[in-house]
Amino acid sequence: MSFASFGDFLAMGHHGLYVWSAYGICLLVLAVNVASPVLARRRYLQEEARRLRRENNQ
Amino acid sequence: MKSSAISWTWFHKLGSPKWFYAISGRMLPWLAVAAVLLIGIGVIWGLAFAPQDYQQGNSFRIIYIHVPAAMLAQSCYVMLAVAGVVGLVWKMKIADVALQCAAPIGAWMTAVALVTGAIWGKPTWGSWWVWDARLTSMLILLFLYFGLIALGQAISNRESAAKACAVLAIVGVINIPIIKYSVEWWNTLHQGATFTLTEKPAMPAEMWLPLLLTVLGFYCFFGAVLLLRMRLEVLKREARASWVREEVLNSLGREMAR
Repeated sequence: MSFASFGDFLAMGHHGLYVWSAYGICLLVLAVNVASPVLARRRYLQEEARRLRRENNQ
Repeated sequence: MKSSAISWTWFHKLGSPKWFYAISGRMLPWLAVAAVLLIGIGVIWGLAFAPQDYQQGNSFRIIYIHVPAAMLAQSCYVMLAVAGVVGLVWKMKIADVALQCAAPIGAWMTAVALVTGAIWGKPTWGSWWVWDARLTSMLILLFLYFGLIALGQAISNRESAAKACAVLAIVGVINIPIIKYSVEWWNTLHQGATFTLTEKPAMPAEMWLPLLLTVLGFYCFFGAVLLLRMRLEVLKREARASWVREEVLNSLGREMAR
């Protein structure tokens, strides 16, 4: 461990704001990249389900 | 003649959407687990356990996301150019799928590299942005990605769009060596490469090992997200094939059961 306490870890020696904002933005971008194809797939399958139901009713 | 025919079957199989869908489904969980483990361990190690830099203090810890994002942004573009060549020469449809699906991920990674670089630059250089060779060539990379995405969406004919994007990807790859050597060709604030194939890193092992982990983790992450996107695109493009209908029905059953 390169920090004496958890407070020191958060402070990052006066650079806390820089380090944590960079990591926060990165995490957000990674999350968006995972969520968007997963949600798109779910949306597409729901559309297909609706289409199939319509075709069956006719 | 016969032996050469056998050795090329894997290459033609690669072009078959059905085969791609099956094999990518098996690879996906492994890539996802590897990405989570590598990035998780690398980031915790880099943030909490790596020693601080004697000049930059703790702000250098941004390196553990900045360098992987920047490396991935460039590798992704090279991959687009390779996909472009494969698509133009062998008329492989899966190459266009790969190109269209990878471009947005590459653009995101370039944006992460630029933003984390700016945040790192402020305490280190005293400025968010300088019009320096490395930074400017990365900005051009971002615009190349935007151009590819826009071009792919602007042309409604799939085959023309694939050709235009392939050509743009191949022409734009000239920017990659410019980014790579920009820190050697021009005077720059930006530091040189951390990893080279020929020399040992200048920093101690407890600093560069976590970086190696996050770099590998970002590549696995890219692989997993790319496969996720490509699998959906294959389902949409091959919607009329019987195996796709079967797969959609199977997935619907699984989704409804949840």
